[in-house]
Amino acid sequence: MPLVHVLAFARLRELLGFGARELEVDDGTTLDDVWVRLSRDAPGLDGLRSSTRFARNGALADGGTLLREGDEVALLPPVGGG
Amino acid sequence: MRSLCCPPSAAADVIELTAQPLDVGAMTRSVQTDAHGAVVTFLGTTRETSPGDPRPVAALEYEAYPAMAVAEMETIAREARERFGPLEIAMMHRTGRVALGEPSVAVVVAAPHRGPAFDACRYAIDALKARVAVWKREVYRDGGAAWIANTPS
Repeated sequence: MPLVHVLAFARLRELLGFGARELEVDDGTTLDDVWVRLSRDAPGLDGLRSSTRFARNGALADGGTLLREGDEVALLPPVGGG
Repeated sequence: MRSLCCPPSAAADVIELTAQPLDVGAMTRSVQTDAHGAVVTFLGTTRETSPGDPRPVAALEYEAYPAMAVAEMETIAREARERFGPLEIAMMHRTGRVALGEPSVAVVVAAPHRGPAFDACRYAIDALKARVAVWKREVYRDGGAAWIANTPS
Protein backbone atom coordinates (compact mmCIF):
# COMPACT_ATOMS: atom_id res chain seq x y z
CA MET A 1 0.00 0.00 0.00
CA PRO A 2 1.31 3.46 -0.87
CA LEU A 3 2.80 5.49 1.94
CA VAL A 4 2.21 9.26 1.88
CA HIS A 5 3.59 12.04 4.06
CA VAL A 6 0.87 14.30 5.51
CA LEU A 7 1.53 17.86 6.73
CA ALA A 8 -1.02 19.86 8.74
CA PHE A 9 -0.71 23.53 9.57
CA ALA A 10 -1.97 26.01 12.13
CA ARG A 11 -5.50 25.25 13.40
CA LEU A 12 -5.64 21.98 11.45
CA ARG A 13 -2.35 20.91 13.02
CA GLU A 14 -3.77 21.55 16.49
CA LEU A 15 -7.07 19.78 15.78
CA LEU A 16 -5.35 16.75 14.25
CA GLY A 17 -2.67 16.57 16.90
CA PHE A 18 0.20 16.28 14.41
CA GLY A 19 2.19 18.55 12.12
CA ALA A 20 3.62 15.71 10.06
CA ARG A 21 2.96 12.00 9.86
CA GLU A 22 3.17 9.05 7.52
CA LEU A 23 -0.08 7.50 6.35
CA GLU A 24 -0.60 4.20 4.58
CA VAL A 25 -3.34 4.52 1.98
CA ASP A 26 -5.06 2.16 -0.44
CA ASP A 27 -4.34 2.35 -4.16
CA GLY A 28 -6.77 4.83 -5.71
CA THR A 29 -6.94 7.04 -2.59
CA THR A 30 -7.66 10.72 -3.24
CA LEU A 31 -6.98 13.83 -1.19
CA ASP A 32 -10.66 13.91 -0.19
CA ASP A 33 -10.35 10.31 1.04
CA VAL A 34 -7.43 11.33 3.27
CA TRP A 35 -9.49 14.19 4.71
CA VAL A 36 -12.42 11.86 5.46
CA ARG A 37 -10.15 9.31 7.08
CA LEU A 38 -8.38 11.86 9.28
CA SER A 39 -11.71 13.46 10.23
CA ARG A 40 -12.86 10.22 11.81
CA ASP A 41 -10.33 10.64 14.59
CA ALA A 42 -10.63 14.44 14.77
CA PRO A 43 -14.29 15.52 15.02
CA GLY A 44 -13.11 19.15 15.24
CA LEU A 45 -12.51 19.01 11.49
CA ASP A 46 -16.25 18.84 10.80
CA GLY A 47 -17.31 21.93 8.88
CA LEU A 48 -13.75 22.93 7.95
CA ARG A 49 -13.52 21.11 4.60
CA SER A 50 -14.90 24.04 2.59
CA SER A 51 -12.28 26.45 3.95
CA THR A 52 -9.40 23.96 3.65
CA ARG A 53 -7.20 23.73 0.59
CA PHE A 54 -5.01 20.77 -0.30
CA ALA A 55 -1.56 20.68 -1.80
CA ARG A 56 0.20 17.69 -3.31
CA ASN A 57 3.99 17.90 -3.58
CA GLY A 58 3.97 21.65 -3.03
CA ALA A 59 1.24 22.58 -5.53
CA LEU A 60 -2.44 23.25 -4.82
CA ALA A 61 -4.56 20.27 -5.84
CA ASP A 62 -8.24 19.31 -6.06
CA GLY A 63 -9.81 16.90 -3.61
CA GLY A 64 -10.17 14.35 -6.38
CA THR A 65 -6.41 14.15 -6.98
CA LEU A 66 -5.09 10.59 -6.77
CA LEU A 67 -2.17 9.94 -4.44
CA ARG A 68 0.96 8.01 -5.23
CA GLU A 69 3.69 6.41 -3.16
CA GLY A 70 5.87 9.06 -1.53
CA ASP A 71 3.56 12.02 -2.14
CA GLU A 72 3.66 14.95 0.25
CA VAL A 73 0.12 16.00 1.14
CA ALA A 74 -0.51 19.34 2.88
CA LEU A 75 -3.72 20.45 4.61
CA LEU A 76 -3.91 24.25 4.43
CA PRO A 77 -6.32 26.39 6.45
CA PRO A 78 -7.10 29.96 5.27
CA VAL A 79 -3.83 31.92 5.26
CA GLY A 80 -3.05 34.76 7.67
CA GLY A 81 0.29 36.22 6.70
CA GLY A 82 1.24 39.86 7.11
CA MET B 1 33.16 38.97 -6.01
CA ARG B 2 29.75 40.53 -5.88
CA SER B 3 29.78 44.18 -4.87
CA LEU B 4 27.80 44.98 -1.75
CA CYS B 5 26.79 48.38 -2.99
CA CYS B 6 25.44 47.67 -6.43
CA PRO B 7 24.00 44.27 -7.17
CA PRO B 8 23.47 43.71 -10.89
CA SER B 9 19.93 44.33 -12.08
CA ALA B 10 19.55 40.65 -12.89
CA ALA B 11 20.21 39.71 -9.26
CA ALA B 12 17.83 37.17 -7.76
CA ASP B 13 15.07 38.70 -5.68
CA VAL B 14 15.64 38.49 -1.93
CA ILE B 15 12.71 36.37 -0.79
CA GLU B 16 12.88 34.65 2.56
CA LEU B 17 11.16 33.42 5.67
CA THR B 18 13.14 34.08 8.81
CA ALA B 19 12.83 33.61 12.55
CA GLN B 20 15.13 36.63 13.07
CA PRO B 21 14.16 40.34 13.24
CA LEU B 22 13.83 41.79 9.73
CA ASP B 23 16.81 43.86 8.56
CA VAL B 24 15.08 46.45 6.40
CA GLY B 25 18.35 48.28 5.71
CA ALA B 26 19.87 45.15 4.22
CA MET B 27 16.72 44.54 2.17
CA THR B 28 16.89 48.10 0.84
CA ARG B 29 20.55 47.72 -0.12
CA SER B 30 19.68 44.45 -1.90
CA VAL B 31 17.21 46.15 -4.27
CA GLN B 32 18.81 49.54 -4.90
CA THR B 33 20.89 50.15 -8.01
CA ASP B 34 21.94 53.24 -9.95
CA ALA B 35 19.06 52.55 -12.36
CA HIS B 36 16.46 53.14 -9.65
CA GLY B 37 15.10 56.53 -8.62
CA ALA B 38 12.51 55.25 -6.17
CA VAL B 39 12.41 52.79 -3.28
CA VAL B 40 9.10 52.03 -1.57
CA THR B 41 9.01 50.02 1.67
CA PHE B 42 5.97 48.45 3.29
CA LEU B 43 6.30 47.16 6.85
CA GLY B 44 3.50 45.20 8.47
CA THR B 45 3.91 45.52 12.22
CA THR B 46 2.24 43.60 15.00
CA ARG B 47 -0.64 45.47 16.57
CA GLU B 48 -2.11 45.40 20.05
CA THR B 49 -5.74 45.49 18.96
CA SER B 50 -7.44 42.78 16.93
CA PRO B 51 -10.46 43.55 14.76
CA GLY B 52 -12.04 40.25 15.80
CA ASP B 53 -11.28 40.10 19.51
CA PRO B 54 -11.57 42.69 22.29
CA ARG B 55 -8.64 41.23 24.25
CA PRO B 56 -5.30 43.07 24.06
CA VAL B 57 -2.73 41.19 21.98
CA ALA B 58 0.60 40.36 23.65
CA ALA B 59 2.42 38.87 20.64
CA LEU B 60 1.87 37.17 17.32
CA GLU B 61 3.10 33.75 16.28
CA TYR B 62 3.58 32.85 12.63
CA GLU B 63 3.78 29.41 11.08
CA ALA B 64 4.65 28.71 7.45
CA TYR B 65 4.84 25.93 4.89
CA PRO B 66 8.26 27.09 3.75
CA ALA B 67 8.48 25.41 0.35
CA MET B 68 5.10 26.69 -0.80
CA ALA B 69 5.41 30.10 0.85
CA VAL B 70 8.75 30.95 -0.77
CA ALA B 71 7.65 29.64 -4.17
CA GLU B 72 4.49 31.77 -4.04
CA MET B 73 6.43 34.90 -3.02
CA GLU B 74 8.73 34.29 -5.99
CA THR B 75 5.68 34.02 -8.25
CA ILE B 76 4.33 37.31 -6.84
CA ALA B 77 7.66 39.05 -7.50
CA ARG B 78 7.56 37.81 -11.09
CA GLU B 79 3.97 39.00 -11.51
CA ALA B 80 4.85 42.44 -10.11
CA ARG B 81 7.64 42.76 -12.65
CA GLU B 82 5.35 41.69 -15.51
CA ARG B 83 2.72 44.26 -14.48
CA PHE B 84 4.83 47.22 -13.42
CA GLY B 85 7.99 46.94 -15.45
CA PRO B 86 11.63 46.56 -14.50
CA LEU B 87 12.04 46.58 -10.75
CA GLU B 88 13.85 44.85 -7.91
CA ILE B 89 11.88 43.41 -5.04
CA ALA B 90 12.71 42.03 -1.61
CA MET B 91 10.07 40.24 0.47
CA MET B 92 10.62 38.77 3.91
CA HIS B 93 8.21 37.30 6.45
CA ARG B 94 8.89 36.37 10.06
CA THR B 95 8.12 32.97 11.49
CA GLY B 96 7.76 32.11 15.16
CA ARG B 97 6.95 34.61 17.87
CA VAL B 98 6.99 38.32 17.00
CA ALA B 99 6.80 40.85 19.82
CA LEU B 100 4.34 43.72 19.70
CA GLY B 101 5.36 46.60 17.45
CA GLU B 102 7.93 44.63 15.45
CA PRO B 103 7.65 44.13 11.69
CA SER B 104 6.31 40.69 10.79
CA VAL B 105 6.52 41.33 7.04
CA ALA B 106 8.50 43.68 4.82
CA VAL B 107 8.22 44.38 1.10
CA VAL B 108 10.84 46.65 -0.47
CA VAL B 109 10.60 47.62 -4.15
CA ALA B 110 13.08 49.65 -6.18
CA ALA B 111 11.98 50.97 -9.58
CA PRO B 112 13.08 53.72 -11.95
CA HIS B 113 10.18 55.96 -10.80
CA ARG B 114 7.88 56.22 -7.78
CA GLY B 115 4.65 55.27 -9.62
CA PRO B 116 5.59 51.67 -10.42
CA ALA B 117 7.43 51.36 -7.08
CA PHE B 118 4.27 52.23 -5.10
CA ASP B 119 2.03 50.12 -7.36
CA ALA B 120 4.28 47.06 -7.23
CA CYS B 121 4.71 47.29 -3.45
CA ARG B 122 0.94 47.49 -2.94
CA TYR B 123 0.38 44.61 -5.36
CA ALA B 124 2.97 42.43 -3.64
CA ILE B 125 1.73 42.88 -0.07
CA ASP B 126 -1.91 42.36 -1.09
CA ALA B 127 -1.03 39.20 -3.00
CA LEU B 128 1.16 37.95 -0.15
CA LYS B 129 -1.63 38.33 2.38
CA ALA B 130 -4.12 36.57 0.10
CA ARG B 131 -2.00 33.70 -1.19
CA VAL B 132 1.17 32.90 0.73
CA ALA B 133 1.17 29.83 3.01
CA VAL B 134 1.71 31.64 6.31
CA TRP B 135 -0.59 31.47 9.33
CA LYS B 136 -0.97 33.88 12.24
CA ARG B 137 -1.88 33.15 15.83
CA GLU B 138 -2.76 36.02 18.14
CA VAL B 139 -1.60 35.45 21.70
CA TYR B 140 -3.59 37.56 24.14
CA ARG B 141 -2.45 39.11 27.38
CA ASP B 142 -4.94 36.96 29.29
CA GLY B 143 -3.11 33.83 28.07
CA GLY B 144 -5.60 32.84 25.37
CA ALA B 145 -4.80 32.55 21.68
CA ALA B 146 -6.59 32.30 18.33
CA TRP B 147 -5.68 31.63 14.68
CA ILE B 148 -6.56 34.65 12.54
CA ALA B 149 -7.25 34.31 8.81
CA ASN B 150 -6.90 37.26 6.46
CA THR B 151 -10.10 38.65 5.04
CA PRO B 152 -10.16 39.01 1.24
CA SER B 153 -9.16 42.57 0.35
